[in-house]
Amino acid sequence: MLPVTMASTLLDKLWALHCVADLGDGESLLNIDRVFLHERTGSIALQGLADAGRALRDPGRVFCTMDHIVDTYPGRGDETAMPSGRDFIVATRAAAREAGIRLFDVRDPQQGIVHVISPELGIALPGSTVVCPDSHTCTLGGLGALAWGIGSTEAEHAMATGTLRVRKPRSLRVTFDGELAPGVTAKDMILHLIGREGAGGGAGHAVEFAGNAVRALSVEARMTLCNMAVEFSAFTGFVAPDATAAAYVEGREYAPSGSELALARAHWRELFSDVDARFDRELVIDASAIAPTVTWGTSPEHCLPIGEPVPDPASEADPARREGMRKALGYMGLAPGQQLAGLPIDGAFIGSCTNSRLSDLRAAADFLRGKRVAPGVSAVCVPGSTTVKRAAEAEGIDRVFRDAGFSWREAGCSMCFYAGGETFGAGKRVISSTNRNFEGRQGPGTRTHLASPVTVAASAVAGHITRAERRVEAA
Amino acid sequence: MEPLSPLRRHTGIAVPLLRNNIDTDAIIPSREMKRVSKHGLGEGLFAAWRYTLPGSREADPAFILNDPAYRGASILLAGANFGCGSSREHAVWALHEYGFRVIIAPSFGSIFYSNCVRNGILPVELDEAAIARLAGAVAGDPAGRPLTVDLEAGQVLDPEGRALGFTINPGHRRMLMEGLDVIGLTLERAADIDAFEQADRQRRPWIYR
Repeated sequence: MLPVTMASTLLDKLWALHCVADLGDGESLLNIDRVFLHERTGSIALQGLADAGRALRDPGRVFCTMDHIVDTYPGRGDETAMPSGRDFIVATRAAAREAGIRLFDVRDPQQGIVHVISPELGIALPGSTVVCPDSHTCTLGGLGALAWGIGSTEAEHAMATGTLRVRKPRSLRVTFDGELAPGVTAKDMILHLIGREGAGGGAGHAVEFAGNAVRALSVEARMTLCNMAVEFSAFTGFVAPDATAAAYVEGREYAPSGSELALARAHWRELFSDVDARFDRELVIDASAIAPTVTWGTSPEHCLPIGEPVPDPASEADPARREGMRKALGYMGLAPGQQLAGLPIDGAFIGSCTNSRLSDLRAAADFLRGKRVAPGVSAVCVPGSTTVKRAAEAEGIDRVFRDAGFSWREAGCSMCFYAGGETFGAGKRVISSTNRNFEGRQGPGTRTHLASPVTVAASAVAGHITRAERRVEAA
Repeated sequence: MEPLSPLRRHTGIAVPLLRNNIDTDAIIPSREMKRVSKHGLGEGLFAAWRYTLPGSREADPAFILNDPAYRGASILLAGANFGCGSSREHAVWALHEYGFRVIIAPSFGSIFYSNCVRNGILPVELDEAAIARLAGAVAGDPAGRPLTVDLEAGQVLDPEGRALGFTINPGHRRMLMEGLDVIGLTLERAADIDAFEQADRQRRPWIYR
């Protein structure tokens, strides 16, 4: 039973469920169910704790993976294309062993991107609190977890105390009414929202995604939606766990089973916003009006339905936004009024915690089957986890990608960002299923256009930015 | 980590970088995070804008931090949503090592904001127009026209001594003013945490294994 009696939002319920103490001044001490680390920012948190002579409160609730720096080339080991990458890997391995936590190491059959493997293995669960020193931890909201990114110092706090000191965010419900058009995905939904409300639009809020179009999404697609809540500046995003979420969890290695599963299911059924709950803010979006979307600039708010021209900064009233648009056009090598559709590309990337799950790869492969990547386009697919990679290979999806001319990689974050290892190169234009089109994110001077995996696949084949043609539905 | 130096009142040179959405990748590019360390990051601060070429250390004269007039700046005036993006605490460590103690912006990325407070950098929220006025007030002679930020009073003082009020959560204020060991403070509540977990084990046994 939840200690809440008045009409409550899901945020209220999750907060009450995890509240250890009210610290005053608007701060709560929240219990943290799971801490997940990776070699980029987790290594330093473990080291910080060890240096301070502090123990982990419960090593069984802390996990670690190698995803950010590790190479994704076939046959990879501890050596990385990134200079000094090996040091991070070796230090993380040693620190994880010392701390006694479960590490998904480079050659572990369950290794992968942190936000792909934590739900995949049942480590992140509906209603659980999950933190990771990684901003895309909000991905796990797709499962109905209260999950958010933190810094390394806060990760030390979470590991040492099993809690975090947190100010409760305001509540924002974003309702996507209606049905998505064919070929429109969760990625297009979240880009559309950020484009409409701005990259700062969710600041100070926890976003509950609701409505028919959200209910109709698979858990994997809900994770794509929630993944970019941080690009909306939200504290986190989540979808109330329903039967779809409960079914997703069942049978996963770390998930409850047997009598505990029945108990857990009963608990998860209570996790929803009451019908008369009041939100601090509400937004309603007509999902049927969303088109395949792509970014043109250097913030996720710089996005457009494919087919619309790049906006003119001169028409922007706000001076700071105008200046941002002007700088973005310069970096991206674009002019106001230019069409993105038909813009030649040099690279295509499918991967990242946003869009590298089996359903993403299936959708792209469905498009690519029997087609070839256009000459001159460098195309790369990086499955989100070793488990996803294995499952895709069992279905022959790897062959579809390879036959189309994509390189097929080991799991990891790969070219979602540039750590001094691999990049498409300066001035190269890349269509990417990732989450950030920031200046230099994919390498110095690299021009990133964010889009869904299907749009990436279609553009790779066309050699320029394009939407996938609508599938002819069987009568 | 070494104890934080308390921050009550700070006077320093202010430098304007009035772009919106300056993300933590821009504050410190991934390639500049070379070691498992909180140190040695100041050099990589704003590397893509500060140096002429990726990886080089040749100052780009067009970037404001390279303007000798702003040498020794310790207060950064920024645009909205400063520090959005990646959670990397390295962004805050880099700013601190470079010498920044105060960042004034209309809004901040939330993870970045928490990271600031935990590392002795004061994030001050003021509206865009006020920040533009401060930038105007220091221009021309930044060293001769420093700003003062008084955390205790919740005020930014412009070069003429005119006060602009700001608000900050009292818990964050205390953390910054006293340089607190937050983990130590929370561990004093071990009994509360134990009691919570004991009850929670009955309610959600599957979380504990």
